[in-house]
Amino acid sequence: MSDLFPKWTNRLPLYAAVSGVLAVTSVTAAVWYYFTPKYARVGYQPLQPVTFSHATHADQLGIDCRYCHNGVEKSWFSNVPASTVCMNCHVQVLKDDPRLALVRESAQSGRPIPWVQVHKLPDYVFFNHSVHVNRGISCVACHGQVNHEDEIRHLQPLSMTFCLDCHRQPAANLRPPNQVYNLDWQPASPEKQLADGTRFMKEWKVESLENCTTCHR
Amino acid sequence: MRYIFAVFALLVVLVVSVAGFRGQMSRRPPIELFPDMVRQPRVRPESYAEFFTNGFGSRLPVAGTIARDAAYQDLPLNTGRVPGTTNFVELSPVPMTAELLARGRDRFQISCLPCHGALADGKGITTKYGMTVIANLHDARIVQMGDGEIFNTITYGKNLMQGYGANIAIRDRWAIIAYVRALQLSQLGARDDVPPAQRAALR
Ligand code: HEC
Ligand code: HEC
Ligand code: HEC
Ligand code: HEC
Ligand code: HEC
Ligand code: HEC
Repeated sequence: MSDLFPKWTNRLPLYAAVSGVLAVTSVTAAVWYYFTPKYARVGYQPLQPVTFSHATHADQLGIDCRYCHNGVEKSWFSNVPASTVCMNCHVQVLKDDPRLALVRESAQSGRPIPWVQVHKLPDYVFFNHSVHVNRGISCVACHGQVNHEDEIRHLQPLSMTFCLDCHRQPAANLRPPNQVYNLDWQPASPEKQLADGTRFMKEWKVESLENCTTCHR
Repeated sequence: MRYIFAVFALLVVLVVSVAGFRGQMSRRPPIELFPDMVRQPRVRPESYAEFFTNGFGSRLPVAGTIARDAAYQDLPLNTGRVPGTTNFVELSPVPMTAELLARGRDRFQISCLPCHGALADGKGITTKYGMTVIANLHDARIVQMGDGEIFNTITYGKNLMQGYGANIAIRDRWAIIAYVRALQLSQLGARDDVPPAQRAALR
């Protein structure tokens, strides 16, 4: 008999059990680790048609976000600037540079530059920029330190938990209104932030919006 | 047993090397795991829309129509000109208030500061990078210029300066003018203009 079933087959149940446990835990771990926007979205950094750098324009030159994204405090949507806005400066600065050829062509023809949209929520979520920035939520909370990036990268998961974590406790993120566009601003200390945030919540009547209809309509 | 662990380790290495880690840079668009209703046939602003022949999702008004909030009347507020003529108005039609000035300061610092500088002296940061002929707004010519003409410059631009009509709302343009006037006054002011109580604070 020992020819048909060698000795190691006695341990077959053990092997099966160990393999099973390994398989189940590793599949669980893989799903937990990979099947989330923290993996699927964060790090997305598409090649843009023009090598536009926020580090140059927003940090080095100190241009306010609203010079270009001028819809951000007026509407739900934060626009990407038209190429004529770039030409305000680039009629004189780098006016023959090949990196800007597409911008010049677009300003002349009126055909928009095909920028690739990086942050994009599902269509069943209704987001609103103006509500957030006018209530003291800085761009940095959702987009990271854009002003130090040469290419835009998706830095926050923008998942439902991500939104709700803040909506449950906005006080931790409310800034003085004049620091919303200053992405390098840091609160003096977490305690002070919480105290100020709680005060802002009272003064501006900020609500903690957790109702499904806030974002899904 | 060793084989099981070896195969398992190999599998883990394989998966991790193919899938990578969280937050790794990726040029490919995010994977949508359950794409049920994630992309719906609706138009997003500033995007391509197949429905229209020129593909522009954001539409321009139909020719010959006026939007409800458009500033079409021939009023000094909208044009900076005396109605019925091409003469610029001398004084802003918007009454000067502290809020208007504060708003003007805010808007000036967004839209004008990169070129004209915080003091409006034409020494903004872009002068270091090849913009050479930026007007100094303290020039006697511009100080004497009517408010209406500056309004026109902001709206349509002038010579090498491009217009900002599309980006700055009409009231904000007048607010900016109010702030520019305040800056000009600050440069023309004399010591005696300062109330006696605050003179000591001056250098
Ligand atoms: C306020 C003026 C201003 C505006 C508006 C502006 N730029 Fe620039 N841009 C500059 C300056 C100044 C430089 C730096 C030139 C240098 O380093 O010599 C620059 C550099 C660049 C470069 C070269 C790469 C780099 O980072 O050095 C590119 C590409 C560029 N800009 C694209 C754009 C695009 C696209 C827009 C419109 C969205 C735009 N710029 C709007 C002033 C401006
Ligand atoms: C000179 C004009 C200019 C300024 C100033 C500017 N941006 Fe941008 N921004 C752009 C352009 C053009 C794009 C599209 C190209 C790209 O994604 O790199 C863009 C893209 C972005 C995006 C990514 C949008 C997407 O596709 O998801 C974010 C986020 C953003 N900007 C935030 C900011 C913030 C925050 C500031 C202020 C610190 C700022 N921008 C200042 C021109 C500007
Ligand atoms: C509360 C989070 C949040 C804050 C704060 C925020 N954004 Fe966004 N932003 C988003 C989300 C979510 C999207 C994707 C929206 C969509 O699906 O179109 C987005 C998209 C954008 C886009 C891309 C629009 C497009 O179609 O290409 C730009 C540009 C942008 N944001 C700029 C800004 C700027 C500038 C600020 C600060 C003044 C800011 N955002 C503050 C969450 C935020
Ligand atoms: C850093 C904090 C923060 C984050 C992150 C955040 N929010 Fe908000 N959100 C707020 C605050 C504060 C308000 C204002 C509440 C009020 O108006 O009282 C708000 C309000 C809203 C509103 C209400 C708009 C209205 O019409 O009243 C919507 C919708 C919304 N958020 C969607 C989102 C979505 C979607 C996300 C995730 C992409 C998100 N928010 C992430 C802080 C945040
Ligand atoms: C602050 C805004 C916000 C609120 C409030 C909110 N959601 Fe969401 N929800 C989101 C966002 C953002 C997503 C997209 C997540 C993603 O794509 O990663 C989402 C996705 C979902 C999805 C789809 C998940 C999937 O992957 O298919 C369901 C279902 C959902 N929400 C149900 C609810 C319910 C039920 C409530 C009320 C208890 C609620 N949501 C409240 C922002 C919100
Ligand atoms: C992109 C750089 C830039 C920005 C931003 C800018 N300007 Fe100018 N401005 C110029 C240049 C260059 C000139 C000189 C034009 C010439 O004479 O060729 C000028 C000239 C002027 C003049 C004098 C026009 C005349 O009659 O000679 C006024 C007034 C003026 N700007 C006001 C403003 C105001 C107000 C803003 C903010 C809304 C602003 N500018 C923003 C570049 C800029």
